[in-house]
Amino acid sequence: MAVLVIAEHDNSVLKTSTFNTITAATNLSDDIHLLIIGKDIETLSNNAKSIYPIKKVLKCDNSKLENFIPELSAPIISNIANGYTHILAPASTFGKNLLPRVSALLDITQISDVIEIVTENTFVRPIYAGNAISHVETNQNINLLTIRPTSFDKCEETGGSASIEDVDFIDNEVKTTFIGREVSKSDRPELGNARIVVSGGRGMENSDNFKLLYDLADKLNAAVGASRAAVDAGYIGNEYQVGQTGKMVAPELYIAVGISGAIQHLAGMKESKIIVAINKDTEAPIFNVADYGLSSDLFQAIPEIIKELNLLNKLES
Amino acid sequence: MKVLVAVKRVVDYKVQIRVKSDNSGVETQNVKMSVNPPDENAIEEAVKLKEQGIAEETVAISIGDEKSQDVLRTSMAMGIDRSILVKSPNSLEPLAVAKTLSKIIEKEKPDLVLMGKQAIDDDANQTGQILSALLGWPQACFISDLKIEGDKLIISREIDEGIEKLESNLPAVITCDLRLNTPRFASLPNIMKAKKKPLEVIDISTLGIDTNPKIKIIKVEEPPKRKAGIMVNDVKELVEKLKYEAKVI
Repeated sequence: MAVLVIAEHDNSVLKTSTFNTITAATNLSDDIHLLIIGKDIETLSNNAKSIYPIKKVLKCDNSKLENFIPELSAPIISNIANGYTHILAPASTFGKNLLPRVSALLDITQISDVIEIVTENTFVRPIYAGNAISHVETNQNINLLTIRPTSFDKCEETGGSASIEDVDFIDNEVKTTFIGREVSKSDRPELGNARIVVSGGRGMENSDNFKLLYDLADKLNAAVGASRAAVDAGYIGNEYQVGQTGKMVAPELYIAVGISGAIQHLAGMKESKIIVAINKDTEAPIFNVADYGLSSDLFQAIPEIIKELNLLNKLES
Repeated sequence: MKVLVAVKRVVDYKVQIRVKSDNSGVETQNVKMSVNPPDENAIEEAVKLKEQGIAEETVAISIGDEKSQDVLRTSMAMGIDRSILVKSPNSLEPLAVAKTLSKIIEKEKPDLVLMGKQAIDDDANQTGQILSALLGWPQACFISDLKIEGDKLIISREIDEGIEKLESNLPAVITCDLRLNTPRFASLPNIMKAKKKPLEVIDISTLGIDTNPKIKIIKVEEPPKRKAGIMVNDVKELVEKLKYEAKVI
């Protein structure tokens, strides 16, 4: 039987989370279909045909679908659900907003934030901000899963030759109107997907000081993140928040600067391969999860790190 | 306008949780329990709407055992007018929670339902979305700002890319993010007053809904521990370690 993946995209390109979710689906079936719901998605859908694991691209293209209103998307999915054993979406704000509505329409309990697929009906997911790991089993006709993107590698984006089909748009009257999106533009790598993340906390003291971190991030080709305390204090936007209620990251290198290490922050980053903590408070809990700890004033340490990196670059060139 | 707020009793966010030795779940006996943090934002928002004269009545609802009365008393101490406890011997999956809420909503007929975006125990992030679909009402999830003009809602919601703005209409289901507001502390006089506010108890078996779990928990484990790291003496040593030992830069 086939498995359906719901694509996250911006009407022109697929987001990385879609490729992670497709990899999760390869643990379940060889017959993976990708459903793209959006507006003017002809090119996007044609490009998706070459994603290696995808056998069929399904598209629902309608001007009303431009802004991913879940009240409109959910019935499109539930309408075709019967052909599938599993329906997967990324556990991003996109997937979290959408898939529970499908759960309601199908009367099926969804399993959120899956980090491992053990068998076709056994799944692993973190609970309590990742302080416990739950193994769950279900015997429902259709399995609805949101997939934590950082727990699965990206799939091969080329080499496939999927067929393409239209699926029905279901025109419900919807009372929600999209007004706009405030999206911060940045040339840095995407936070959820970067090889290196440099994150700042309350120790940064104000938004101007974050410039120090931007400089370090640019030196390392890293994404910038932040603790909830820094976002709450208005130093930086919510899209940078790493933690239980923010983004989950698992980069090769995570540098926590002026972050104390509250449980809910650790939930978002403790799967990182190498963790560096820079904090002048030697008692800060962040040091308990750090591979390398530096007890130092960050306002001295960060410029020094940039200087050392410049020296290294010179030696190598 | 009438506002209904759904509140969950969870292990306090400051408690270091322990997995039970038989791996059947997380220890919740003799552990400090509190209102689920984003549900506090929902309570605060409801109380503010009442203070602004936009809401005439605010009602809190919780589903759980007798002890969930605590979080309802806390809600009322923060300013909620009255509350309803739906008594359930078992903990429910989000789908069953949403069905239970929809039954109470049929009777209470609120114009707006507020709740936290996720509970910090199960981290499912589903109930508001499911409820909205069951009721056929608009949904607005992870909101960080709410304005109400007549029956029009103007909403900012936190998404991975930044902020999204929506307009919507009552009745609606809204799930709250932590930055929506700063929940107030209940003052001692208000805690005393809350003891006299009405708290209705309804047995879940009288609602006629299927609350049987559809998911079986096989086991709950401790997460893998990270190996202890080292403290470096200075920036030079740190950069050398990252370059030559960890090989990540």
